Amino acid sequence: MIISNTETIPGRKIVEFYGVVTGNTVRAKHIGRDIMAGLKNIVGGELKGYTELLSDSRKEATDRMIEQAQSMGANAVVNVRFATSSISQGAAELFAYGTAVRVE
Amino acid sequence: MNFGMPLLILMIAYFIGTHLEKRHFQSILKREDEARGFPVVSFDTMPDNWTASRSDLVSGSVVISLDYFKRVIAGLRGLIGGRIKTYEPLLDRARREAVLRMIEDARSQGYDAVFNVRLETSRLANATRNGKGTAGVEMLAYGTAVKFASRFANAQ
Repeated sequence: MIISNTETIPGRKIVEFYGVVTGNTVRAKHIGRDIMAGLKNIVGGELKGYTELLSDSRKEATDRMIEQAQSMGANAVVNVRFATSSISQGAAELFAYGTAVRVE
Repeated sequence: MNFGMPLLILMIAYFIGTHLEKRHFQSILKREDEARGFPVVSFDTMPDNWTASRSDLVSGSVVISLDYFKRVIAGLRGLIGGRIKTYEPLLDRARREAVLRMIEDARSQGYDAVFNVRLETSRLANATRNGKGTAGVEMLAYGTAVKFASRFANAQ
């Protein structure tokens, strides 16, 4: 499975389009991370717990998108976009979408 | 007596926060220097002299928050309006850090360049006027990494 945020896969030709595939996940931060982040928040700087949480969640959203593409018989997803929206205090939705295609 | 504690926290936040920010910028400058030979472009198609043998999506992200002192200053600034100087370095270093992490991701997988780079900012939580709450921003950098078909395909 080749993933790309461009409209074509470099060096490959698209032979078939399957349509839009999406993947999402909604995550809440857990209390341990929240307390650590709260302390870190006084002096500023990177909140590592949150960085990890968000990149893990984004990976899960991408994996779900890939799963959907595979079930359609695609071997690549092009024009992938990411979006984040905060649903409520402390919870966020991470969302990935793209176009499932078959390349040579 | 009542003013003592917040003032102490403010001072600690100021000194440690400023020190951490300075160190982060030094680290960013050093790593940017090391990454200079690695082409990263924001064009949505590959430059003509590139030929790719394989490609994949790469990304880098970081969540950074502002220290308590700078949040309070930003809160005060919010009352009179104008440029909030304390927030500018925060966003700048977050963005540069995300790009550097994306480059590291591409390099560790053996890619030679990244194109169609996109940057995205998302606010994690709201900071209130009095500096409470998290002033965290997440910066995401992503792009399509390519491996050149021949070693000298990109030679100028």
